[in-house]
Amino acid sequence: MTNRQMASDETRAGAGREAREAAAERASIAVRPEFRPGGSGRRERVFQLKGVEVLYSGVSAVKDISMDIHRNDVTALIGPSGCGKSTLLRCFNRMNDLIPGAEVRGDLLYHGEDLYGPAVDPVQVRKLIGMVFQKPNPFPKSIYDNVAFGPRILGRKENLDQTVEGALKGAALWDEVKDRLDSNAYGLSGGQQQRLCIARCIAVQPDTILMDEPCSALDPISTGKIEDLMIELKEEFSIVIVTHNMQQAARVSDRTAFLMVELDADEQNRWGRLVEYDETERIFTNPRDKRTEDYVSGKVG
Amino acid sequence: MDASGSGAEGPGGQTASRLQAPGRRLGEKTIEVMLALCGVLSVLTTTAIVISLVGPTIGFFQLVPIGDFLFGTEWTPQFEPPSFGVLEIVVGTLNVTLWAMVFAIPIGLGAAIYLSEYAAPRVRKTVKPILEILAGIPTVAIGIFAVSFLLPEVIQRFWPGDFLGGAVGKPFMALAAGLGVGLMIVPIIASISEDAMSAVPRGLREGAYAMGATRMEVATRVVFPAALSGIVASVVLAISRAVGETMIVVLAAGSNPNLTFNPVESIQAMTAYIATTATGDISTGSVDYKSVFAVGTVLFVMTLAMNMLSIRLVRRYREVYE
Amino acid sequence: MTGAGEVQSERTRLAVAGARATVAVALRNQPRRDVILHALFAGLLLLAILLALAGLAALLIQALVRGAPALGPDLFTNVPSTINPEQAGFRPAIIGSLELIAGVILFVVPIGVGAAIYLEEYADKTRWWNRVIEVNIQNLAAVPSIIYGILGLAFIVRGPLDLGFILAAGSLTLALLVLPVVIIAGREAIRAVPDSIRQGSLALGATRWQTIRHQVLPAAIPGVATGVILAVSRALGEAAPLLLVGAVVFITFDPTPFSADGYSALPVQIFQYATRPQEAFQELAFAGVIVMLVVLLAMNSFAIWLRNRYERRW
Repeated sequence: MTNRQMASDETRAGAGREAREAAAERASIAVRPEFRPGGSGRRERVFQLKGVEVLYSGVSAVKDISMDIHRNDVTALIGPSGCGKSTLLRCFNRMNDLIPGAEVRGDLLYHGEDLYGPAVDPVQVRKLIGMVFQKPNPFPKSIYDNVAFGPRILGRKENLDQTVEGALKGAALWDEVKDRLDSNAYGLSGGQQQRLCIARCIAVQPDTILMDEPCSALDPISTGKIEDLMIELKEEFSIVIVTHNMQQAARVSDRTAFLMVELDADEQNRWGRLVEYDETERIFTNPRDKRTEDYVSGKVG
Repeated sequence: MDASGSGAEGPGGQTASRLQAPGRRLGEKTIEVMLALCGVLSVLTTTAIVISLVGPTIGFFQLVPIGDFLFGTEWTPQFEPPSFGVLEIVVGTLNVTLWAMVFAIPIGLGAAIYLSEYAAPRVRKTVKPILEILAGIPTVAIGIFAVSFLLPEVIQRFWPGDFLGGAVGKPFMALAAGLGVGLMIVPIIASISEDAMSAVPRGLREGAYAMGATRMEVATRVVFPAALSGIVASVVLAISRAVGETMIVVLAAGSNPNLTFNPVESIQAMTAYIATTATGDISTGSVDYKSVFAVGTVLFVMTLAMNMLSIRLVRRYREVYE
Repeated sequence: MTGAGEVQSERTRLAVAGARATVAVALRNQPRRDVILHALFAGLLLLAILLALAGLAALLIQALVRGAPALGPDLFTNVPSTINPEQAGFRPAIIGSLELIAGVILFVVPIGVGAAIYLEEYADKTRWWNRVIEVNIQNLAAVPSIIYGILGLAFIVRGPLDLGFILAAGSLTLALLVLPVVIIAGREAIRAVPDSIRQGSLALGATRWQTIRHQVLPAAIPGVATGVILAVSRALGEAAPLLLVGAVVFITFDPTPFSADGYSALPVQIFQYATRPQEAFQELAFAGVIVMLVVLLAMNSFAIWLRNRYERRW
């Protein structure tokens, strides 16, 4: 366990009754019954990938990705710039559909169902798999309306106040904004805006949250708060995070996937490939592949 | 249309339905079709313009040989026998346009260079809105101004004696309309040229300044050439507006077709002919009625060619820097 | 990006040209008299601006001076008269203009905003027909206004729609004239909304229309409103197309949109007064110009205020 994790645990243990109550409250509002962690919770696979390849206008960006994402894990995707981590992440909630010329090949199963099947509606997919972006992107509306937007368009308008409050508490933002829910979201600091985006995301009650370098635009203190948040959130959601910060992956994730850029023979084309995917502790202390070891020890950037 | 519902809620619900759309999302499709129709309306408008011109024009050329129309120099539809040489009113339009450009190009470009290279930000903030006000003045007001002020108080007062026939005693003249049209198009030239000059990267200017160039040299030798395609676009667009202008020429230029570029003579412009004839007493189907459409076709083709050229030039200069 | 190579070399070409020019400038002698030349140049530029401003000022002052005698409440309540200019006014023309503008807004807002939304949010920009629509709109924005009059005469007053010389026909004609303005302004406003907002909305499971309706459009409203006001200003001042679709009738009653008895509009009435030699009619014409300019100034100031108050700096 890293120092970070131990410190968080202490804080949680130290908070005692308060923390248990808060956790119970969160659990009661956020999660759909079939998604609660149960006996088989940690072993169940949320995503199963086999030979997944993503192409933009016929040019491969990532190739041959095969891995399983487990429920209630924080799974980190790490690797040098341009290795296709974000591209891969966007496959999970079909955001690549929005890019003209993007094509996804291979098998990508979500709870056993083909995510790219012919009858699948991307809009439905995104209601179940949420996303937080690198640069916080709150809507130009009030804090309340930001969080309420998702439930409103889903037609879940009853008890909206409670849903909003629960989501903000789940994102550890409630105490800071409870007196100014009607103020514009742009008045918040960067870290608060990102937590607002997380609240907005969990208000829709997804079962998975994707995070694309959620802390790279934030200062260290906000980064720390959000990392703590991730560890709490994984109790209810499955989290997949892309990060270029290895230490962050080591701090928060249960499993880590390391991707690397590969060049073809005449160095014209480049694409990302999955090098190694294992429990985080293994990746960072005793990786199987030399390339992984070089990367995590900082020998290559 | 909101698509509510999220599929199976209960535990062990059919997974298959969870990822499918609740409906066929007909609402979305309908909306997209309706919006596309709005976009298509613009194409319909152009088609309608072309159709409304083409029919009667063809009818016109069945009565008047196209050679007489395009190359004849007498435009006298009301005579017996009538003569339909469109050149006379085309030249009338060009006469006004010529003097308008003589006035508007130096002033418009001068203003653009000043605002872009010389003016302090505060001056820019006050002058630019004023130019916008000028752009918004209705042409009927400019036309009245041209015939009741520019003609008597400016032209007739300062025109040298009998030069080119003299300006005194003439209630209408091409130059009066020309100055009015010129005033109207100064904002077009000024704002598009200034836009093009602002788009020139600062690095080009700063490099020149760093080597000791003066403001005048930077403006004329560096910025102006770099922004040239945008400047030309603004001039072409201004010419197109000048050619298509109606109220100012009706009020100030006269109604006698006159094949001349002499500024102090009265002429008739194409647009003026269309306006006065279509509002006069003519019967539908007569050759006079059809002549309106024939002239309209000439006008449309001229301005279309200029507009397309201008659009292409603007796209060129925008693409280079964006 | 297609043509990236061309853009690159164009940029390079300009940079090289600029560098050459500056080197040439820097390496030659700088005699004294150049100082005078430079001052003269700056002076000429200033003169250019002053001439433009002087023209505008002269126009405004003349209108005020010559129109002031005719200003008064009678201007708005009296009907036109050919015999008695002292008793004449603009009442039918003003009401006609108001009704024309109302019709223009009713037509232009849904269709213009709809087209803008389609072109920015739905249309695949690589498809040829969408590019045709784009070029089309830019062309229509520059077609002479009298051609729209011909269109109105041939298609709306007569032809397929066959509405006759009624006010609604004039309204429709003006609406077609200013529609491109609204579409272009609407597109810019929608384009200015950052993509991150759309991505955030879609990632929450909103459909494309939900994203447009709840996020993009509300953010684009200030820009769209400015465009509509610009279009209305333009329509208010146009006389040429209306001359061809029936606004020439000398009427003394208040016009209505569908009455076959005819209608009038402010710029047309001003034009008619201006063509009469009597001084009293000239005064009326100038007074009409003052009224029109005041209204336009008020509208444009409102548009500027709207833009400053609500425009978001992303």
